[in-house]
Amino acid sequence: MITNKIDIRNVNLFYGDFQALKDVSIPIAEKEVTAFIGPSGCGKTTLLKSLNRMNDLIADCRIKGEMLLDGENIYGNMNVDILRKRVGMVFQKPNPFPMSIYDNIAYGPRTHGIRSKSALDEIVEMSLKNAAIWNESKDRLKKSALGMSGGQQQRLCIARALSVSPEVILMDEPTSALDPISTGKIEELIFELKENYTVVIVTHNMQQATRISDKTAFFLLGEMIEFDTTVNIFNKPKFKKTEEYITGRFG
Amino acid sequence: MYNTNETTLKIRALREAAMKILFTIAACVSILAVLLICVFIFANGIPAIAEIGVTKFLFGRTWKPNADIYGIFPMIIGSLYATAGAIVVGVPIGILMAIFMARFCPKSIYKIIKPFVELLAGIPSVVYGFLGIRILVPLIHSFFPEEKSGSGLLAASIMLGIMILPTIINVSESAIRAVPENYYEGSLALGATHERSVFFTVVPAARSGILASVILGVGRAIGETMAVIWVAGNAPIVPKGLMSSVRTMTSNVVLEMGYATGLHRDALIGTAVVLFVFILIINLCFSAIKRGTK
Amino acid sequence: MTISKKESINFIPLKTRVRGYIKHPLSLVLLLLVIGAAVIVVGLVAILIGHLLIKGVPHIKPELFEWKYTTTNLSMMPAIINTLIITLLSLVIAVPIGIFSAIYLVEYAKKGSKLVAIIRITTETLSGIPSIVFGLFGLIVFTTMIFKGYSIIGGALTLSIMVLPIIIRTTEEALMSVPDLFREGSFGLGAGKLRTIVRIVLPYAVPGILAGVILSIGRMVGETAALIFTAGTIAGVPTSVNRFGHTVLDVTGSGRTLALHLFELVQNPQTPTDRYFNAAYATAVVLLVLVVGINALSSFIARRLISKV
Repeated sequence: MITNKIDIRNVNLFYGDFQALKDVSIPIAEKEVTAFIGPSGCGKTTLLKSLNRMNDLIADCRIKGEMLLDGENIYGNMNVDILRKRVGMVFQKPNPFPMSIYDNIAYGPRTHGIRSKSALDEIVEMSLKNAAIWNESKDRLKKSALGMSGGQQQRLCIARALSVSPEVILMDEPTSALDPISTGKIEELIFELKENYTVVIVTHNMQQATRISDKTAFFLLGEMIEFDTTVNIFNKPKFKKTEEYITGRFG
Repeated sequence: MYNTNETTLKIRALREAAMKILFTIAACVSILAVLLICVFIFANGIPAIAEIGVTKFLFGRTWKPNADIYGIFPMIIGSLYATAGAIVVGVPIGILMAIFMARFCPKSIYKIIKPFVELLAGIPSVVYGFLGIRILVPLIHSFFPEEKSGSGLLAASIMLGIMILPTIINVSESAIRAVPENYYEGSLALGATHERSVFFTVVPAARSGILASVILGVGRAIGETMAVIWVAGNAPIVPKGLMSSVRTMTSNVVLEMGYATGLHRDALIGTAVVLFVFILIINLCFSAIKRGTK
Repeated sequence: MTISKKESINFIPLKTRVRGYIKHPLSLVLLLLVIGAAVIVVGLVAILIGHLLIKGVPHIKPELFEWKYTTTNLSMMPAIINTLIITLLSLVIAVPIGIFSAIYLVEYAKKGSKLVAIIRITTETLSGIPSIVFGLFGLIVFTTMIFKGYSIIGGALTLSIMVLPIIIRTTEEALMSVPDLFREGSFGLGAGKLRTIVRIVLPYAVPGILAGVILSIGRMVGETAALIFTAGTIAGVPTSVNRFGHTVLDVTGSGRTLALHLFELVQNPQTPTDRYFNAAYATAVVLLVLVVGINALSSFIARRLISKV
């Protein structure tokens, strides 16, 4: 049986007077890749960021409705830091910290109280291996992460997200700042990640959604128009708007 | 592997809250400092002003502490004259220099000139005062040999004019640089010369920034002490001409505070109250202009 | 490969330029005005600094750096030591408060909150207050009420209030220059606000903060008016004898800084005055080199910060 890892129920989100999300409900299944697609400003990134409460940083952002992680209310009594440990995030632009590769990965575990050198070493190696960047970085762990290429930096950031053993990984257009070859590597990686993790990815690139995702949600102007398996969405969409968008008539 | 039990989380939340409070308290220190400065200066100065009489204090033309006569009108006028003189000396040169640096000089020359301006800004005011007494006063005296000395309003004005130069140059320069390039290009495309384009489109567009630089300069000039104390002559009289001796409010405090007691001491603090009010007005003007540009 | 000036088709020969200026006399006048201003400013700095160096450097003699000040050697060494002590004390007080304030303003305060508006107004006011007013405040509070006399610590407290706005403003700018990407990255891993600030934001902002701290050192070293009535004008390092009979530094005693030393040499010279003026020149050179050097170091660090981003 496939259980829902995250349940988004009737979510309305406002920035001041502007309604960014209108009554959105999506069940997100465990160990699958769910893609959010839609034109810019449709609310997909907003929804993604509210799943680990990154929207908390924005003043006058108000949310109504319910978001559940394993049946537990994300906006309830859950500790935000623990939520973010369970629901990790990879950002649009690679954002390695200005420190060494090793320290970048060790930052998360250290944050959550791991001090022992051997444990940290192990986590760093595991994370880098799982993000398929171990071979490129094992000889330069003490070098600055800022010396890596953009694609490597993004895989490092994925490794950093993996370092705190999350259950869900949110990805906000993770390849939009990368070249096609690096993009290919990241897509391969995402495909492998779903063995162990639930992945939610926002993407502009419809080919990417078809290549890597199991389910797709199509957003337009703050509304979730259609949610289905990726195969269905791209082959026989139920709604005209969806069809127009995926066939490139607007967007 | 990860320790996420209740106590760890509680300790963490407690630490977060404690530090937030600490940061907030630190941020309030500057409020406290301004309040304390106002309270203590005013609490010491205003009773003295009341005792002397507001009109007698502000408009009295005689300052004779030995006879308990405290009129600071000459010092108020002295500060205003010297500041006006500083504007006459410093503002035109400062603005022209800013225009030169922002719009006329090639990069190679800019690299040489910029350190000169930084140097000018870095000279401590007591060194300015020393240079004033050693260079400027004898120089002015050589032009007016019939005068007793070269010190006086002219020397004070020039000294303060030089001191405010870096403020005016730096602030005006960044204001001119902040003007969008299309103003300049628009003018150039109409066939205007480089000079005309800069002076009649770019500079007017930067006028509020330039005005802000002048006000900042005025604030510096009126509050300056060390640069004028040795070149102004310091006689407590309303100056009658450029070569006349002048005493500013700031000099009045420094010259006599060391040995003043009783009402004399409080009258000097009263002088600082008046100076403080001037500064507050200038600050208000400055923030009004800054808000206007935003 | 480069194109020589003559070859390039967009090269305007001098003759054409001159002809242009003859057609537009106003432009010529404006050009001469700005060049004139530049010549005046550069000439002025050259004269001031040149005069100081020519008159001062020959008088920099070993006796000016003897440990004890006497009316025969006019040594500036005690003043240099006092400057060091006062600066350090002020930094110990002002730097944490300044950095903490800036952290509050940038990382915690809600935009547009009343408290922030008040703090902004007060820091702006504080930075506009003339040194002599700080000096008077120090005289009333530290000299008269608390320490019952001129003292190094009173001077240091006065200076620390004076430089507080400099440290707050530069730290604020440094913190704001830290890209939000880093903060988000850290929050996204479940790090709290405090940890994000201490481990990610502050290390990145260190050069900017350092530049501000050094700038404030420059201001303190050159300061006179705020110290005359707080630290006082005694020409020695203040000491007292502790209960073990050791002579130790006593920050509650009066001692003049280098800038005040120069002030006193000029303000109260004893005959023969020439000796005092020569010592003053030498002191002024040392003071200038110190302050200008400190400022240059500050802007060097600030520039490195800009090139890093």
